[in-house]
Amino acid sequence: MKSYIFYPGCSMDASAQEYKGAMLAVFKALGAEVKEIEDWTCCGASVAPVMSDLLGMALPARNLALAEKMGNDRTMVVGCSACFTSFARTNAAVADSATLARVNQALEVENLSYGGTVTVRHMLDILANDFGAAAIAAKVKRPLTGLKVAPYYGCQTVRPYSSFDDGQHPWSMTGILEALGATVYHHLQEASCCGTALLTTKPELGLRIAGSILEAALPADCLATVCPMCHMNLDSYQDKVSRVIGKPIKIPVTFLPQLIGIAFGLPEGEMQFKRHVVPVEPALAKVPA
Amino acid sequence: MTTTEVIILSDIKRDPALGDRLTPAEHQLRTCIQCGTCTASCPSASAMDISPRKMWRMVQLGMLDEVLHSKTMWLCSICYQCQVRCPRGIPLTETIAKLKQVAIQQQIKQWRESTRFYLTFSDVMQRYGRMRETEFMARYFLSTNPFEALGYATMGLTLLRRGKLKPELPTLWGEGKLAKLFDRVAELEGRK
Repeated sequence: MKSYIFYPGCSMDASAQEYKGAMLAVFKALGAEVKEIEDWTCCGASVAPVMSDLLGMALPARNLALAEKMGNDRTMVVGCSACFTSFARTNAAVADSATLARVNQALEVENLSYGGTVTVRHMLDILANDFGAAAIAAKVKRPLTGLKVAPYYGCQTVRPYSSFDDGQHPWSMTGILEALGATVYHHLQEASCCGTALLTTKPELGLRIAGSILEAALPADCLATVCPMCHMNLDSYQDKVSRVIGKPIKIPVTFLPQLIGIAFGLPEGEMQFKRHVVPVEPALAKVPA
Repeated sequence: MTTTEVIILSDIKRDPALGDRLTPAEHQLRTCIQCGTCTASCPSASAMDISPRKMWRMVQLGMLDEVLHSKTMWLCSICYQCQVRCPRGIPLTETIAKLKQVAIQQQIKQWRESTRFYLTFSDVMQRYGRMRETEFMARYFLSTNPFEALGYATMGLTLLRRGKLKPELPTLWGEGKLAKLFDRVAELEGRK
């Protein structure tokens, strides 16, 4: 039985609970055991490295040390691409023993020590490569026939630390979506940036960046995302985006595991589409019951 | 028509070691060949006052004041496109974080809405150990532009209704969940 340590991160435990719920349900359906880290804390996202070099490593390392205590040489799965980048960046940095020693000096106050043995992988990597399209296809009870899905990877899922997909032209969602019976709508913004915090700090620019992705995906029935931040930016701001780009934009934005859940025949309620701002029902209505 | 700006380097205050202090690997920035791949790859370049290519040249020349007073670094969305495409393999995106460190340490007031974002986020992390999105957004807007917050009110209400945002009361007393770790880091870095 496949077994993973799970780090949900702040968003998957709050605004993107439906992503966490769907991911856990899908992993369970695929026969994997998932153990959440107790007492995990924020990875520091892209903020901690701006406060200081050491804080940028100490915050992720605190969680890596907790994961390590759950058993040596374990794989930790994350669903948030910003968390993924924080952990991968820290693991790369602590490969240098002097850096690791310094990080551990900081962790002393938490009574923790990290040995550098935890492998961090994105949820999409696990789905595409540990389970794979064939195992996913085998579980499909309600094929997404006729549903045109635009994959959206975002930036940090595949850049710069991804070892499982191409940073410029990612493809790992294609096989999964095809296994579900969906039609993949390829567009030019699959690995573009969603605008991240710019939608808050520099809305005029951030909304245009998010708008260019939504506009590119518009001919599809919905988008499939694999990061809470991408989802928030693409789903919640469509009214504002429409005003800024002067063109009505309305397209449902899903999390990939929600689509897998639907295709596996899991209850629609369990996928919690009701939490989304743009209704997903018009897209789901296209899927044969 | 394009205009050419001439900067007399001997007339301005410079810090020639700036580039070396910013990159993890010494001298990496000096290998920049000014090809402009960074600018061409940047989703925010069109809104910047100094293009990424030009900013890196200014960093090479040690023009710290000019770089810190440009809004360029604050428009970076940390998408790593320039970093993975740089033909010299310079960790550009990660060097932007270092530039922001300098700007925050020097308390550059000009881009307050951006520096407040980092300081508020950091404070919420320290206090609760996890991000509290509602409190973070409320505090961020109150400390920068409360009127801007009005533009987000409708969206905020929709998110609360959908259960996306959790209404939580702030805890303003007691020791922060990560206070010890933050203090220890500051101590090790000689900031305390």
